[in-house]
Amino acid sequence: MTASDWPREIYEALKRAGVRVVGYVPDAGHKRLIELFLEDREVRCVVLSSEEEGMGLAAGAWLGGERCAVLMQSSGVGNCINVLGMTRECRFPLLVLVTMRGEQGEFNPWQVPMGQATRSVLESMDVAVHRVSVPQEIAAGVAAAAERAFTGNSAQAVLIAQQVIGIKSFQEQTAQ
Amino acid sequence: MSAALHRREVVKALLAQRGDALVVAGLGSTAWDCAAAGDSPLTFPLWGAMGAAAMVGLGLAIAQPARRVLVITGDGEMLMGLGSLATIGVQSPRNLAIVVIDNERYGETGMQATHTAHGVDLAAIALGCRFASARVIRDPKEFDAARLSLLGESGPVLVQVKVVAEKLPLVLPPHDGVVLKERFRKALLGA
Repeated sequence: MTASDWPREIYEALKRAGVRVVGYVPDAGHKRLIELFLEDREVRCVVLSSEEEGMGLAAGAWLGGERCAVLMQSSGVGNCINVLGMTRECRFPLLVLVTMRGEQGEFNPWQVPMGQATRSVLESMDVAVHRVSVPQEIAAGVAAAAERAFTGNSAQAVLIAQQVIGIKSFQEQTAQ
Repeated sequence: MSAALHRREVVKALLAQRGDALVVAGLGSTAWDCAAAGDSPLTFPLWGAMGAAAMVGLGLAIAQPARRVLVITGDGEMLMGLGSLATIGVQSPRNLAIVVIDNERYGETGMQATHTAHGVDLAAIALGCRFASARVIRDPKEFDAARLSLLGESGPVLVQVKVVAEKLPLVLPPHDGVVLKERFRKALLGA
């Protein structure tokens, strides 16, 4: 398996972790992973209108006996902060995969503030944060976070560094 | 706008006929209404996360497609989660129903008027979001039909029930989130 297959490696790690529900606000960095889930009839894909809906979705799925993962980009993490209070107070399992914006290679300066605040926003609500910046290490990080979330009733976020995704310009983004 | 229905009676009547339905209660007055009607391990009351009740209901409805899922929430709580109506409309869960107990007030903060007091129509928004059925109820006679819809009609269903704006005695459900979560899962899943 080559480095370019990291989205498929994440997909396989989440499948092995028993994830059957995936909530997402689309991001270019999650494009391939979302497509893999949309092709999988065993997984219910829920497109969200805003990121905090993912915390409610995951909580409800867990109450009903299913495991959910939530995909978003860093700009949406701030939207989640109030609902993360429920996640923490109830000790709901939560697994969030965040593709980073506002880092090295960012073309849009308005993405920088939330990108820089992503880790502290999550940690301020007791979400454990794991940042991965090497493609070959992403799936293992996701698998470990899933294990901690679902068997330890904890909230876990994996931040996927922008250098992995490698969007550098409007032209390249629109070409995707 | 005068309303003839009383929230505690509406919620009590709904829960009396819930059968094996799974219930999510939005924070504030609707959680107290559910507690006043009788606590149940299969009722999950929210004490926070304003705007999240409908999404908790969606997650539950997806995980338990054979069970009716009823979200009981207030107009202020639903207004904070309007986007979730669009998300639910896309998923179209047949087993999900939402009842909005609409007193046109933020009841926990001093009874300030909400958007629905100014005519915002949550049922029309739900229909615009592809709900299978949505309506506004003002009359006790209409409520009997709405109750059947909430508990049995193919969803997603939303019923916005206009109720008297009244300040009622607090009846509080358990507040420990871990207890609420674990008792729900134990009652539903045996785990």
